[in-house]
Amino acid sequence: MNIVVCMKQVPDTWSERTLRSTDSTLDRDAADAVINELDEYAIEEGLRLAEANGGEVTILSMGPEKASESIRKALSMGADKAVHLLDDALHGSDALATSAALAAVLGRIGFDLVILGSESTDARMGVMAAMLAERLGVPQLSFASKVDVDGTAISINRQADYGYDRVEASLPAVVSVVEKINEPRYPSFKGIMAAKKKPVETLSLADIGLEPGQVGLASAATEVASFAKRPPRQAGTIVKDEGDGGVKAAEFLAAQKFI
Amino acid sequence: MAEILVLAEHDGETVKKVTCELLTLARRFGEPSVVWAGPGADGGRERLAEFGAAKVYVAGGDELSEYLVAPKAELLAGLVADKSPLAVLVASTAEGREIAGRLAVKTGSGLITDAVDLGDDLIAEQSIFGGAIVVQSKVRSGTPIVAVRPNAVAPEPAPGAAEAEDVSFQASDVAKSAHVIERVVQERGERPELTEASIVVSGGRGVGSGDNFALIEKLADSLGAAVGASRAATDAGWYPHQFQVGQTGKTVSPQLYLAVGISGAIQHRAGMQTSKTIMVINKDAEAPIFELADFGVVGDLFHVVPQLTEQIQKRSQG
Repeated sequence: MNIVVCMKQVPDTWSERTLRSTDSTLDRDAADAVINELDEYAIEEGLRLAEANGGEVTILSMGPEKASESIRKALSMGADKAVHLLDDALHGSDALATSAALAAVLGRIGFDLVILGSESTDARMGVMAAMLAERLGVPQLSFASKVDVDGTAISINRQADYGYDRVEASLPAVVSVVEKINEPRYPSFKGIMAAKKKPVETLSLADIGLEPGQVGLASAATEVASFAKRPPRQAGTIVKDEGDGGVKAAEFLAAQKFI
Repeated sequence: MAEILVLAEHDGETVKKVTCELLTLARRFGEPSVVWAGPGADGGRERLAEFGAAKVYVAGGDELSEYLVAPKAELLAGLVADKSPLAVLVASTAEGREIAGRLAVKTGSGLITDAVDLGDDLIAEQSIFGGAIVVQSKVRSGTPIVAVRPNAVAPEPAPGAAEAEDVSFQASDVAKSAHVIERVVQERGERPELTEASIVVSGGRGVGSGDNFALIEKLADSLGAAVGASRAATDAGWYPHQFQVGQTGKTVSPQLYLAVGISGAIQHRAGMQTSKTIMVINKDAEAPIFELADFGVVGDLFHVVPQLTEQIQKRSQG
C-alpha cells in the first residue's frame, strides 16, 4: 500500500506566535518550528497501517527550506521517504492554493491512502482533507478516531459531538485523524541515524505543472485586512477560599444574572 | 435585497441555535435564505421564520445524510450557481467547515473559517493563535464563504416568511463515496452540546480522576451547562475525547465559562479565550488561568465546587 502522509511545519504552540507586519503572513522566524502535532498522529497511523498491511510511507510537506528539519524528524519516526514541495512563489498561499498544490503533487506521485492531521495548530481551519478529497475525486474519511483497512476496503470511526459515525469507502481515499487515534512513537536513535540516508525529493511549482500566479499571497482568495494583539482582559476579582468560596462564587453568578 | 445563503444545522427535527445566530448575522447584509439538507424541514421552518429567513430551500433526499459531507457541498454549489448569493454562511463546526472547504474548491471562492463577527463589506473578525491576535479578514474572489463560530453573536428574532421551495437534487456518484453505515450515540445525558451551550463547566488535571468528574457534571447540571475537559483530563482518560476544549479539541465561546482545576496552558486557552465571562476555581493562585478570570476562587475544588453547586440549587429553588 502506497501511503502518503501530509505534514505541515508549524510554529510551536508554546512559543509566542505572531503575524509579520509587512504582509500579514505567519512569522516563521518568531517561533520555534515543529511538526504540526496532529500530523504526528497521522504519521503514526501511516506507519501502523504500513506495518500491518505492507507498503511504504511517504511524507509530503509544502513549506520553506526550514521545513526540511521537520521532514527529517518524520523520517526518523520510520517513514520511508519524503517529498518536499519548495518554491518561494508558494509563500502566503491560502487553503485553496495549498490544496491545489498538494493535490498536484499527489497526482504526480500516486497514492492509495493519504493521511493528514484533522487540522493544523496554526491556521486551525480543518478543511484540508475535504479540499484534497474534492480535488482528487476520492472518498473523504475525516476526523477518524479509528481506521481499518482490509484489502481495498477502508472504514473509520468519525468522531462527532454525539459519539461517532462508522463510515465506509474504497481505496484510494483521504483520511484525517484526531489525536485520540493512537500514541505517536518517539524517534529511536537508530531511526534518527537511518533518516539521514532516506531519500527526500524536492519539487518546485514547475515540476508539478503549476504557475506562480496560481498560488501565493498575491493570488490568495482571502486577505488579512488588519490584525492586532488582543487587549488583555480586565483584571477580575480573585478571592481566597476561607470556607465560603462557593458562596462567593454563587454571589458573583447571581450578580451577573447567570442564576 | 441581496440573498445570503445560510446552511441549516439541524438534527432532522429542530434547527440548532447557531443557525439562528447565522440568520441574525445574515440580516445585516441582505435577505437570508436557509438551505435545509436532509429530512425535517417542515418542523424546522417555524423557528427559521422567527429569525428572519425569507426562504427555505429544501432538499430532503436520504443521500444527503447517508454520505459524508460531499453531497451537501454539491447541493450548495448548485444553489450558488443558480442564485448568485452575496455570501454563504455556515456554522464553524467540523462538518460545516468541511462542506465550506469543498464548496470553496467547487466555486473557486475564498473561505474564512471560525469567524467571531462580520462587519461592513463582510469583513470577518477571527481570533487566532490561541486568542492572542485578532484578525480582520476578507474574501476577495468568488462568492464569500464564511464559517461562523457558534455563540459568536446573540440570536435576535425578526419575522420572516420562511417560504419553502423544494430543490430537486441528486448527488453525483463521486459524492457518494464515503458511506455512513452506522451512527453510534454515546450517552451524555440531557446536557446541551458543548459548542452550542451558553454555559460550559470544564474540569482539568486538578479533578484527579474520572469518578471525580461527577462533581463537574453536578455543577454543570445545576446551571444547565455543557461539560468540557482539558487535554490533561482527556489524555488521562477521565473524560471522553470529544469533550476536550482547547487547541486540538473544541473551541467554545459561551456566555459563561467555568474552569475548574485547570491551570490554563496555551493549549487550553486557545479553546476558550473568547468566552464572555470566565470563572476560575483552582488551588494554585499562580495558575495562568487566573489572568483570564472575571472571578476566581483560590481554593480546593473538592470543597468549593460542592458548595457552589448547593448554593445554585438553593437559589434556583428559592
